[in-house]
Amino acid sequence: MSPAEVVDFEPPYLFPEYRSTVLRAPHRPLVRLPEEWFHRGPGPAFGRIPVSPDDADLTRQHKGEPLGERIILAGRVVDEDGAPVRDTLVEVWQANAAGRYADPADDHLAPLDPNFTGAGRCRTDSDGRYRFVTIKPGAYPWQNHENAWRPAHVHFSLFGPQLSGRLVTQMYFPGDPLMRLDPILNSIPDARGRQLLVASFDIASTTPGWALAYRWDIVIRGRRATPLER
Amino acid sequence: MSERPRPTPSQTVGPFFGFALPFTGDVDAVRPDGTGTLRIEGQVLDGAGEPVPDSLVEVWHASQFARCRTDVEGAFHFNLAKPAALRLLDGRVRAPHMNVTVFARGLLRHLETFLYFPDESEANSTDPVLELLDPNLRATLIARPDGQVLRFDIRLQGESETAFFAL
Repeated sequence: MSPAEVVDFEPPYLFPEYRSTVLRAPHRPLVRLPEEWFHRGPGPAFGRIPVSPDDADLTRQHKGEPLGERIILAGRVVDEDGAPVRDTLVEVWQANAAGRYADPADDHLAPLDPNFTGAGRCRTDSDGRYRFVTIKPGAYPWQNHENAWRPAHVHFSLFGPQLSGRLVTQMYFPGDPLMRLDPILNSIPDARGRQLLVASFDIASTTPGWALAYRWDIVIRGRRATPLER
Repeated sequence: MSERPRPTPSQTVGPFFGFALPFTGDVDAVRPDGTGTLRIEGQVLDGAGEPVPDSLVEVWHASQFARCRTDVEGAFHFNLAKPAALRLLDGRVRAPHMNVTVFARGLLRHLETFLYFPDESEANSTDPVLELLDPNLRATLIARPDGQVLRFDIRLQGESETAFFAL
């Protein structure tokens, strides 16, 4: 496939409907560097970021259990060849069930949950799989425009094995009527691209009597990063 | 037609990551009191010249990695060691530099740039990345000595906008 045929699903930097882009989007186009300079160059060494097995269960970080709908959020991280991205760091953060972040900067008048922080980390396994236990986040209002609400979402940060693989994004829940109205999601011009950010309800991965489940697979930019090439 | 999976698109880091992404020692790519440790200080600024208080800056090179959330003044700092020059696959040599990644509310995709060192003027003058740039743009990538520290400001937009790269 030649580069011209590749449909770019990435959002632009400037998307005025998302007001904060107006003064923060660079005016100059990005400087393109010859790909051969960086081909298969390794990505950041994220090994200093601490991660313990407990960090993958966001419902067990406090004395009691958080309020909200308990969910299992799992999926697979692959590269552009479909090969698993093994042992890579996945960081997540989110609002609580009421739509409030445990962040001092969040002044939304919804209750904090003393039993929920909403931050987790894990590493993918040998098949590229990750798995978190959390609660379904709530929608919340923001100041972007009149009566603006963010659809429920979970933030994700991934490194990937290669220089081009760094990814920070957001995962949405299927059927959320707010997605249609959200300028951040709709900054992605192609509906197929937006669909890539929506998880699937996954009845097979639920724990009967305990938790519902959503599946969301992630494709990291980059190709066939085998240990030999690192 | 290839069935290759499409990369997952990017979304903004948002304003509320400060409770989640920082970690103990995150700004120290090397020991802050080690021999040869350099302290980098800078500010992230928007198109109006205002500080960007909700951005996350990461620097890395080889085994060094550090992360800093900007404060209310848009300020960040790092402790790092100047890396060695790097030979590209085509044999050309890149001057010592750090990779710099910027995330922020209002940045739907992150930005990538490079930090070069002011005491490497000879290596910088033949660096293949710097050579691609006009002199005024080149200057945005070279940290400047400021007392005991090196100063590296990141201007997201405007006349003295930092050079950003597609990798």
